[in-house]
Amino acid sequence: MTTTATARPASAARQAPPVSPRRSPGRWVSDHLVLGLGILVLVYMFVPIGYIFALSFNQPSGKSATAQFESFTWHNWTSVCEPDGLCASLKLSFAVSLTATVVATVLGTLMAFALVRHSFRGRGVSNLVIFLPMATPEVVMGSSLLAMFVSLGFDGVLGFVTIVIAHVMFCLSFVVVTVKARLVGMDARLEQAAMDLYANEWQTFRLVTLPLAMPGIVAAALLSFSLSFDDFIVTNFTAGQSVTFPLYIYGAKLKDFPAQLFVVGTIMFLISFIGVVGVELWRRRARGVAARR
Amino acid sequence: MSHVTTTPSPETTAPVDGEVTRRRGWGWLLLVPGMLWLAVFFVFPTIQLLFTSLYDPSGSYETGYQLTWHFGNYVSAIADTWNLFLRSFGYAAIATLVCLALGYPLAYAITFKAGRWKNFMLVLVIAPFFTSFLLRTLAWRTILADEGPVTGFLKAIAVLPDDGRLLATPVAVIAGLIYNFMPFMTLPLYASLDKVDHRLIEAAGDLYASPFTGFRKVTFPLSLPGVVSGTLLCFIPACGDYINAELLGTPKQYMVGNRIQAAFLTEHNYPLAASLSIILMAVVVLMVVFYIRRAGTEDLV
Amino acid sequence: MADGDKDLRLERLTKRFGDFAAVDDLSLTVPSGSFFALLGPSGCGKTTTLRMVAGLEDPTAGRVLIGDDDITSLRPYRRPVNTVFQSYALFPHLTIFENVAFGLRRRGVKDYKQKAVDMIELVELGPYADRKPAQLSGGQQQRVALARALINEPGVLLLDEPLGALDLKLRRQMQIELKRIQTEIGITFVHVTHDQEEAMTMADTIAVMNQGVIEQMGAPADLYENPVTTFVANFLGQSNLIMSDVIGASGSDVVVDCHGQKLSVDTSRSHAAGRNAWLGIRPEKIFAGAAGQGEHAGSNVLTGGRITDVSFIGVSTQYLVVMPWGQELMVFEQNTGRRAVLRNGDEVDLTWSPQHAFLLDADQDAQAGMMRPEDLE
Repeated sequence: MTTTATARPASAARQAPPVSPRRSPGRWVSDHLVLGLGILVLVYMFVPIGYIFALSFNQPSGKSATAQFESFTWHNWTSVCEPDGLCASLKLSFAVSLTATVVATVLGTLMAFALVRHSFRGRGVSNLVIFLPMATPEVVMGSSLLAMFVSLGFDGVLGFVTIVIAHVMFCLSFVVVTVKARLVGMDARLEQAAMDLYANEWQTFRLVTLPLAMPGIVAAALLSFSLSFDDFIVTNFTAGQSVTFPLYIYGAKLKDFPAQLFVVGTIMFLISFIGVVGVELWRRRARGVAARR
Repeated sequence: MSHVTTTPSPETTAPVDGEVTRRRGWGWLLLVPGMLWLAVFFVFPTIQLLFTSLYDPSGSYETGYQLTWHFGNYVSAIADTWNLFLRSFGYAAIATLVCLALGYPLAYAITFKAGRWKNFMLVLVIAPFFTSFLLRTLAWRTILADEGPVTGFLKAIAVLPDDGRLLATPVAVIAGLIYNFMPFMTLPLYASLDKVDHRLIEAAGDLYASPFTGFRKVTFPLSLPGVVSGTLLCFIPACGDYINAELLGTPKQYMVGNRIQAAFLTEHNYPLAASLSIILMAVVVLMVVFYIRRAGTEDLV
Repeated sequence: MADGDKDLRLERLTKRFGDFAAVDDLSLTVPSGSFFALLGPSGCGKTTTLRMVAGLEDPTAGRVLIGDDDITSLRPYRRPVNTVFQSYALFPHLTIFENVAFGLRRRGVKDYKQKAVDMIELVELGPYADRKPAQLSGGQQQRVALARALINEPGVLLLDEPLGALDLKLRRQMQIELKRIQTEIGITFVHVTHDQEEAMTMADTIAVMNQGVIEQMGAPADLYENPVTTFVANFLGQSNLIMSDVIGASGSDVVVDCHGQKLSVDTSRSHAAGRNAWLGIRPEKIFAGAAGQGEHAGSNVLTGGRITDVSFIGVSTQYLVVMPWGQELMVFEQNTGRRAVLRNGDEVDLTWSPQHAFLLDADQDAQAGMMRPEDLE
């Protein structure tokens, strides 16, 4: 057939449109096999979440609400703070995690800036020391920290302060990693452009560097908060008599296990999930609006 | 501690014309507060742990301890608990492998097959972390309970004998480990797969490779960095985990972590607890050093 | 607006990284109000020089002066110098308006709002003032970068390959635009580029840089027609370089022996010392006439050539002519239509006028400055 471009003859318009090739069912399966597998794995990940949600409505006939599903009740949801010490432990967890997050985010952000923007000897050692807490088993970190507190005579005052100290310690590394990732992707020439346009060092930092690094810093803070809030092993070693929420759960398993714990778990999940999805949707809307202008 | 190589500072190699170099000066001061914190609350306790492991084991909490450089502690620790170590590494290895087997298709699906749902699926991967991991593990207790649906199903299809159980068996503990560490495998895999240049896969197809061969020869090798970091991120914490063993198993499934916790908090046998911890750390550090040797320290953090 | 006490002067400017000298003892004067181009291949040190003028890089030695003011030790935000960056470096989190007004606000200019609005109108980006840079095209971003720098009325405007990211047509447009703006406003422009055509189009003076030093500086035509090094001869346009022996002088010419054939070069265009020299002649200055026909473009003749390649470029036809000693010379001829195009295999005589050839030192590298595939970005 010749490939010169000629106008299609009018007669062609009366022919039927081209038929799309039929694909065999086998082809469809293999195309979607991997996706199907992936979705199955995701479903598997969510099974316990579903159970937590279901068990939050559980009215246990026996002591423990984890045994099996007995009967449906709203009671757990309406009286969340009924079990002794539950809400107190939540309050403590919030306080600890908030404090630890602030401290870890500030210190970790400073470290990230130092690593990315400045040169100094001993980078290798610094990188290693920052990395190790992420690789060390929590059992080791918790026990060694407790041993140190004991040997220095602080074993009487274990509580809020020691928990925060421990949490900051293991959150620092994660903050550094997160902020560093953001900084590395940031064009350093933007800061030079700012100085070229008469901004001194402080103004450059305030007007250019910080706003651009902020998404990374916020992500680091959120990560730090969730790591701290959910931590059990290290907290178990350094808490003394104080009870954070994970410690409460662990303690409760030995006695009566109130279903309200599942309520709190569900609430935690919902808040985070809606938060994350909400932010993503909001960002997509903002981008869509901008693109349409 | 370990043999660490430092990467050369940028100023000693000639930069590309106009490339931005790192500033010298007082910037390193920014590093100080955080490093101080880590030095006091991580490095120092770890070193102290090292010394504790060398205490005279005949001491006790009441009578105090003598540092006698008693390396025999290590010998007795291993003699005492070598089966625990084997079990821990075994469970962790199995869990890591299964995580890889399950996590790879998931990561692959997210990267290449998810289209506009990519970000949403990523959220779903980390969503289970939105609720307490203790609660999730306890939920597994219910799911795998003797009267539960899973056990019932497995009995029905004769995989499990009539009087068999899932809870209080290694299966449950490993299942718990798999569940807890799946995102740690999936996310690095995703990050690595996402970086693969699509055009390379297209080139493979252009050169007569079937889709599976293309995967085997091009995609998978290129995703190996993700496989390596995912493996490390799963295996290392899994070795030291003891919550799953405690909640889903019996003392017959206990891992090294359980022993360390008991030795420390219940028995107050500090030299033993410390030596076990050091051994566990040593294995971890060995793996990290191996990784550094291949990849350098700049990508660690 | 050209007053001599605002000239930009670089005195013995040097920048070393360890043993490597990115910029080596560079001295030049840029007359106030002129359009100056720093031209050279990547890695020659032109960007480093620019950054030292801007204050973004500290020199190892030497000084930077504007008029009589030594600004060498001043921080960038204290210098009356602004830069248009290669990748524009627009602040992505600020709107176009905020970008343009940035410099004015840092200096505390009171009516910055009106000035910024006027400048944005001037570069014809009025409707985009509230948008973010990511929403603009490359050409628009470039105009914003220019506006953001010019609004501060600097003593010197530095441009670091600002047109590099634009496609060809847009680039040509912007070259004319920039030249027009510079002529109107009268600010000193220092333009760094690796594109020799761009430099020749826009600049009043060009300095050709290679490995940290200036090879030659002057008006574009002077550099092009009378290069003093092989690097300049090859980097600006293209040159044929033929090895020849210097025989003697004849009147105002230098006489050379080129593989047995005698040629003469105007003395003012001879930059060689010693017994041997590279005879340089630009392809467009050569006339290829049918052998033995006596068609001449000047008194210099090289006989015995044979055409080995004919390329039709549209505007011109490019021939490759192999000479008796094996070297292939390039000949460009404008397609005026006045005579038939030569064909592959034709025997030709090459002729040119002594005013067009030049002599260069024999120990210089004949390949210096030639475009290699790896130089193309």
